[in-house]
Amino acid sequence: MRRPVAVRVVGPLQWIIYPALITLAATVVLGTPFHLFGLHLPEPVIPMVLAFAWPLIRPSMTAPAVLFLVGLFLDLFWNGPLGLWPLCLMAVYGAVLLSRNLLAGHEGLIRFFAYAACTLSAFAMAYLIVTVRVTNAPAILPLIGQIVPTLLLFPIANWMLERFDDGDIRFR
Amino acid sequence: MAFRDGPFENIKVPLAWTAAVVVVVAVIGAIVLLLGDRATPEGGSSMGAARGGFEAAAGPVGGVFAAPVRWAGAARDYVGGYFFAIGENRRLKAEIVELRGWRDEAIAQKNINGRYEALLGLRTEPAVAMATGRAISDARGPFNRAKLLDVGSAKGVRIGNPVISEHGLVGRISGVTSGVSRMVLLTDVASRTPVMIERTDARAMLTGDGGDSPRLEFIRGVGSIQAGDRVLSSGDGGGLPRGLPVGVAAKGIDGAWRVKLFSDHGAVDYVRVLLFQSFGQLVSPDALNAPPLAGLTTAPEPNAAEVGAIRDAAARRLTAQQAQSERARAANAAAAAAATPAATPPTATRPAATTPRPAAVTPPPAPVATAPAPTAAPGGAA
Repeated sequence: MRRPVAVRVVGPLQWIIYPALITLAATVVLGTPFHLFGLHLPEPVIPMVLAFAWPLIRPSMTAPAVLFLVGLFLDLFWNGPLGLWPLCLMAVYGAVLLSRNLLAGHEGLIRFFAYAACTLSAFAMAYLIVTVRVTNAPAILPLIGQIVPTLLLFPIANWMLERFDDGDIRFR
Repeated sequence: MAFRDGPFENIKVPLAWTAAVVVVVAVIGAIVLLLGDRATPEGGSSMGAARGGFEAAAGPVGGVFAAPVRWAGAARDYVGGYFFAIGENRRLKAEIVELRGWRDEAIAQKNINGRYEALLGLRTEPAVAMATGRAISDARGPFNRAKLLDVGSAKGVRIGNPVISEHGLVGRISGVTSGVSRMVLLTDVASRTPVMIERTDARAMLTGDGGDSPRLEFIRGVGSIQAGDRVLSSGDGGGLPRGLPVGVAAKGIDGAWRVKLFSDHGAVDYVRVLLFQSFGQLVSPDALNAPPLAGLTTAPEPNAAEVGAIRDAAARRLTAQQAQSERARAANAAAAAAATPAATPPTATRPAATTPRPAAVTPPPAPVATAPAPTAAPGGAA
């Protein structure tokens, strides 16, 4: 008699909902007004990790919808113009989705370059939108101060890809 | 026939396509939101209801995370007070000695100022009520510089109220709920604050750019600013009280004048919201924007009697002017004749005053050559 094999299903709860909630929680924690020796907590755009990793893990209808809501949360929490980060995150998601066949299978430096290109494009888009909206260009140094921590989040995106890519045996 | 038995049974839409459809819909939704979110004249947002609902929920959550930070800061200050007590004591004593002189001078100036105000009958601004609150959440990115405060409309806070810390002006309220309000900092990229240079009274516009030191734009006057000048709120436009300390002027590395904010000296933790109502509510915008000479185009046409009076007045005015110029010319001629006594005796240069002068005009007895014909009144009221 064959022993039943325990099938571990990695569903949307595991690779979409939980990461999204963790992202929101981390954003709220980093929004704490902490000030020590003139330094503040960093303020990366943490959902950039999801916008890059989710389309590479698996195309899904739920992921972009959740990403839209996460972007809306960022705008409301940071008092940005409503729609700014949903648009930028969606642009990243869409671009990665389109180039999925190109990026699949690559690892290491190439994957990081792809992540960096997505991050820089999203920030360039946000910079343009804000500049046009308020007819005043934001300073470059604070911009770099947000881009660099966002780039440093790449290991998390990489880990998500290693963990969830091809994780659902039903898609093999 | 069941659906699964129909011709669509074997149609399978690729997952990537369905995901792409959701992406397109989401992008359209984001663009619609971006276009719909506009700033109101008071400084709030057209999506204020959505923002207010979110902030009412986010406020308590932020408060939970901010509380340990505040406790840790208090504990650090408590311990630091013991370690640095002697040095702090010396510094405070020196500061007290310096401040005593300033105190005496301030009392004297207050006395003199009170007398001047009484003499001139000045109406000074009343004291502004305040509401004290704490920052519970912070946005520090290049696109947004804002804080959530734990005071709201229940304590009288309104959109547009200025916010100060113990060091100086910090920002303004941009959204408010009953218990939580949103403050946009002076450094926010959308922030514009009318300021003045204390030394020269020159006006400028403080423009945030997401950095720590906002720019000074539209500085009036040449040489009206130099490094180290104190910058205060000017109160222009009525949105802020005049004279709130803002910072010190400094030249940035990009060559632009910038302001090192006083509020940057320490953590913006406890703040006071000035319950100051903008002067803008005192006047009607329509009355201000009305053309100043609009009444001229709507004045009724003068009737015949008014036309006659206007012409008569114009004629009298012209006659008086001619008489005046004639007198001046005669006086000049007399002076020239007196300077040359060998000349021929003066002839009668005055014409016979046969022409009747207007009765109402009573200039000194000076000759009038001819009475001019009445001309049309200026403005062509005929």
